[in-house]
Amino acid sequence: MTIPNVAITPELVAEHGLSDDEYAVLLTIMGREPNITELGIFSVMWSEHCSYKSSKRWLKTLPTEGPHVIQGPGENAGVIDIGDGLAAVFKIESHNHPSFIEPYQGAATGVGGILRDVFTMGARPVANLNALRFGSPDHPKTRHLIAGVVGGIGGYGNCVGVPTVAGEVNFHPAYNGNILVNAMTVGLARADRIFYSAAAGPGNSVVYVGAKTGRDGIHGATMASAEFSEDSEEKRPTVQVGDPFTEKLLIEACLELMQKDCIIAIQDMGAAGLTSSSVEMAGKGGLGIELDLDRVPVRETGMTAYEIMLSESQERMLMIIRPESEAEARAVFDKWDLDFAVIGKVTETGRIVLRMDGSVQAEIPVGPLVTEAPEYDRPHVAAPKRPMIAASDVPAPDSLCGALASLMECPDLASRRWIWEQYDHLVMGDTMIRPGADSGVVRVQDTDRGLALTVDCTPRYCVADPEIGGAQAVVETWRNITAVGATPLAITNNLNFGNPQKPEIMGQIVGCVAGMGAACRALDYPVVSGNVSLYNETEGQAILPTPVIGGVGLIDDVHKLCTPSLKAAGHALVVIGQPADRHDGWLGASLYLREIAGREEGAPPPLDLAAERRTGDLVRGLIGDGAVTACHDVGDGGLLVAIAEMALAARGLGARIEVPAGARAHAWCFGEDQGRYVVATADTDRILSAAAAAGVPATVVGATTADGDLTVADGDRISLETLRRRHEAWLPGYMAGGG
Amino acid sequence: MKTAIIVFPGSNRERDMAVALRRSFGTEPLMIWHKDLDLPSVDLIVVPGGFSYGDYLRAGAMGAHSPVMRTVKERADQGVPVLGVCNGFQTLTEAGMLPGALMRNAGLKFVCRTVHLRVETAQSMFTSGYAAGQTIAVPVAHNDGNYYADDVTLDRLEDRGLVAFRYVDAEGAPSDEANPNGSRRGIAGIFNDTKTVLGLMPHPEDAIDPLHGGTDGRGLFDGLARALA
Repeated sequence: MTIPNVAITPELVAEHGLSDDEYAVLLTIMGREPNITELGIFSVMWSEHCSYKSSKRWLKTLPTEGPHVIQGPGENAGVIDIGDGLAAVFKIESHNHPSFIEPYQGAATGVGGILRDVFTMGARPVANLNALRFGSPDHPKTRHLIAGVVGGIGGYGNCVGVPTVAGEVNFHPAYNGNILVNAMTVGLARADRIFYSAAAGPGNSVVYVGAKTGRDGIHGATMASAEFSEDSEEKRPTVQVGDPFTEKLLIEACLELMQKDCIIAIQDMGAAGLTSSSVEMAGKGGLGIELDLDRVPVRETGMTAYEIMLSESQERMLMIIRPESEAEARAVFDKWDLDFAVIGKVTETGRIVLRMDGSVQAEIPVGPLVTEAPEYDRPHVAAPKRPMIAASDVPAPDSLCGALASLMECPDLASRRWIWEQYDHLVMGDTMIRPGADSGVVRVQDTDRGLALTVDCTPRYCVADPEIGGAQAVVETWRNITAVGATPLAITNNLNFGNPQKPEIMGQIVGCVAGMGAACRALDYPVVSGNVSLYNETEGQAILPTPVIGGVGLIDDVHKLCTPSLKAAGHALVVIGQPADRHDGWLGASLYLREIAGREEGAPPPLDLAAERRTGDLVRGLIGDGAVTACHDVGDGGLLVAIAEMALAARGLGARIEVPAGARAHAWCFGEDQGRYVVATADTDRILSAAAAAGVPATVVGATTADGDLTVADGDRISLETLRRRHEAWLPGYMAGGG
Repeated sequence: MKTAIIVFPGSNRERDMAVALRRSFGTEPLMIWHKDLDLPSVDLIVVPGGFSYGDYLRAGAMGAHSPVMRTVKERADQGVPVLGVCNGFQTLTEAGMLPGALMRNAGLKFVCRTVHLRVETAQSMFTSGYAAGQTIAVPVAHNDGNYYADDVTLDRLEDRGLVAFRYVDAEGAPSDEANPNGSRRGIAGIFNDTKTVLGLMPHPEDAIDPLHGGTDGRGLFDGLARALA
């Protein structure tokens, strides 16, 4: 085969997503006009998805270091030391566009991709999480998208045998044309056996393992870097198809080979497939790579160099190994019945050279392809500050418990059981806290230690005030990890935004990243990995700014874990973190305001990062000392919702709440003031004195009962069975409707 | 005492099972890779959960025809006890070692939750650690757990006391709500004619530690260990 004779017209360049300026840089690097394969390689490497060209400048401002950080951003996943010679390896990644076009396969391959990012580094995946955003339940596509996405996540994760232990789901019309599917994987590795992606040793072999290459997913990275239009579903052929069984074999084969001393470097073939994996490995090693594309295992005949290099077929890895290790490595992949092909070698040339049918199909200097990737300081404008909304301006409900029930069955608060029962959350036998609590917890195999895991973001806060919203997303993960008794260690982030070429969207990015950075610094909670998904717009309608944070924490003794579930009657309920004299809760940007008053407006609740840290450290200490019997952070919906969730997690108990005299009851019950936890305790004095000593406000707000009711002081009550029925009914009922 | 766990490509609960066997038997189980043709002499063979060979055909259909299963069947015929859990149960029915079939869940969705089971008989090496009629809580996690057999087969299983476990509510009563997958007569696990082979969909191996939320699965393994000692 010769190089296809395709004229490189301005239209073709534009179709490849390169601007005139970017193409001019390309010409300077190449010193000549590129051929179609070379143009394709530049196109994907310089896409927003691979180059982070709009966000890099801001991502650099995030704190990425800490005493336990082994590897920060820039590798396949972040790595933190968790003691005893072990490391936790984790990352979150989006698969938004493919999941909107083909929800089952889009979500499934999202899980597959993030699993590979983690086991590539030598870690056995031990937990999956996901953060999902769907459009309005009234939108005609929403039901179909939920069914497909949940089915795809379960179909993939259940088969590979990694438990899905936590997640979050929101609904909002802003996601009608652009859902978000963010998947996170956490793995465990020996801290001294982490595998990296930098190629080394000229003359070493480049080895392709895993599934064969087909024509699926060509240009997925470019698709993920453009806005959607109504005809996007015509792009269905660019969505990859997942094969979790092959992934399972690939995990086992790679981890088995990693026990031996064969692998110099390893990288999964994710977005932009063979192109990004080979270019990144060569680039990080400051070396060149020569590939013989005739040796790439292919699924179809007649594939061109362009197609082979840009295919996003799943379940494939690229490794650098010593030639003398080839036989030993091949034997492992033979055992698992996976393809193993030596397709090239590492060179000293600093160039990537692709050969096929005896001719050179592409030759590009790797250094400039990587280092001269475009980076933009795009114009940005801050969102105008929204006014504070006084609680007195928000109508009170006829009944507090009536409003509570309405909130507990609203789409954003209704039980997610219908979703997580479709995920195997127990496989591996180390799930210590199941989905539905503040964090999911998996035990570190054969030890008493546990990893507490959560994903969080409150987009309605982010759109109201990006800086507060970005900080709040970080803080909420920190709080959720704290609430089970674990120590938060580090985060991964998934920045989902609209078109960064619009200054107001860029302003959201800048604001959210600033807020995240401030929170990470205040809490000594560094960022170790992440992913950026921009252009989440359809027909010019952007999503809500959604910087999803995945948090990882550690508890030394899983026997000391705390859950939200009430344990016995007669325990006091204490709010920790709420000033006793501040009775008017914050209703701006709250769920109460949106769901009960029908208003989406107002400034979000402010954060006090120093108080946040003080409060969380106190609560964690009290849990460790065994002073509390249940704990839950106060989040969406406010205090009464938090207490209701604690009561619903138990069976046969109840709770009685006393609204303080002088408080505006609905704001006190449903305000979303930050930095608060509810604990149940049999030893109130101990809690109050510890709080006083720590300078943290703590107030007794009620007690647990045995009557099966939730009672608010003035006789306003609801049976927990009624509340449970309404809380559990919405999602299954919704999914069963509409055929 | 020696135990063996058959490991197919796609098995994924073999480690959970190994932990449970180690705890009750006090010895490390042998992990037998599906390509290993000579199975050592053991006191118990376990076919674990997972998605053998991806289960892209019917669940367990490929596994049932793998060479190692011929050996497992020979040993079972010689009276060596065989336990099949989840995908293992599916594989044993596909291999003809247990009657009936496991179909797609009635709800057409994967289901992972804690269920209650009634122990239908304590008269077997597998259930001797329980009392007949006892209600236990253990999780299920499957897509294809809907047990089907014709009425003649079901009547025969019931008449001979070959139903091991049935889905019930927390109070021990069978009901449609308590049945997570639509299994006929709420059947969760059955024996072969000699009660030397047990297949069940739920995962007792994931309910052996208080931190699992319960330890009701221990009875099966502890009872087996005592019975085989």
